Amino acid sequence: MYRGQSGMWLWILHRLTGVGILGFLFLHIADTYLVGFGAEYFNELLFLYKNPPFRVLEWFLVGAVLFHGFNGIRVIVMDFWDKAVDNHKLLVQITIIAFFVVWLPSGYFMLKPVFFH
Amino acid sequence: MATQVTLKILRYDPEKDKKAHFETYEVEADPLDRILDVLNTVKWYKDGSLTYRRSCAHGVCGSDAMRINGRNRLACKVLVRDVGGDTGKKIQIEPMLGFKILRDLVVDMDPFFEKYKSIKPYLINYEDAPASSERLQSAEDREIFDETTKCILCGACSGSCPPYWSNQDFIGPAAIVNAHRFIFDSRDQGSDERLAILGQGEGVFRCRTVYNCTDACPRDIPVTKAIEQIRRAMLYNR
Repeated sequence: MYRGQSGMWLWILHRLTGVGILGFLFLHIADTYLVGFGAEYFNELLFLYKNPPFRVLEWFLVGAVLFHGFNGIRVIVMDFWDKAVDNHKLLVQITIIAFFVVWLPSGYFMLKPVFFH
Repeated sequence: MATQVTLKILRYDPEKDKKAHFETYEVEADPLDRILDVLNTVKWYKDGSLTYRRSCAHGVCGSDAMRINGRNRLACKVLVRDVGGDTGKKIQIEPMLGFKILRDLVVDMDPFFEKYKSIKPYLINYEDAPASSERLQSAEDREIFDETTKCILCGACSGSCPPYWSNQDFIGPAAIVNAHRFIFDSRDQGSDERLAILGQGEGVFRCRTVYNCTDACPRDIPVTKAIEQIRRAMLYNR
């Protein structure tokens, strides 16, 4: 085990969220495929997305997309802007703050209709 | 004042062991002793079979890079108190990741040096040097690659790099740093050759900007920055 710095943990999370998003993509391809058999099959499956635990998972999916996006922007900025490499720690902090600022309110809007209707 | 220090060292003898295993040693050390001094105490007075590399013992030769408490460091540049050894914390010492372990803390550096040689780490200039003087360079031009001249080829950066652990063909940060030293040298004419090598699949674009290398470098070389500068030199063709 290597005790890496913040950059290493963000890199690991970037990989994990990337795989997670890919996994959801496969699920999504599978459920839209059901439309081909008729609307009733597809509607039957929609109970899955209205299910409270599944909605929580969807909130985590949104988190994965947001983190992957913000961190991706950080990596791109470092590739193209020399000063960004000098301010690596500041960029890490901005990435983490931006992620929570968007992700936590999204939880309110996504989970409220399911848990407090 | 001498205190009792506990060392947990990863041991591996290819003739006896199937797998590497930890062994613990208690030795007396001063908080201002270096980890290398403590390893010497173990080797000289406790267990002569303990094997590690060291040469100058002053942070110049780069022989004693190893993982100390999970991070690549030179054993001759880390004090016992730096890693809390004087406050009763165990000091864990392992060989660097990404290299084949030959014995105990000694790793096989041959592939590392092959990668280093592959980037042509020497001045290339196809014109004859002026007969009356050296190839002159302004202080400003010298400054551009000043940081990367400091590399001592200890391997701490490459051994801290996740893409280097998982991909044995990746050229690694140390080779890239040494390419940087010549690519940005105004007297050198081999930049295109080196950029062609580094632009291949296993070159600079394998870097994932993890930053472990910058933290691990005992010479404080901004390794990630050097890698990014080479990438930009390729992208913008400069």
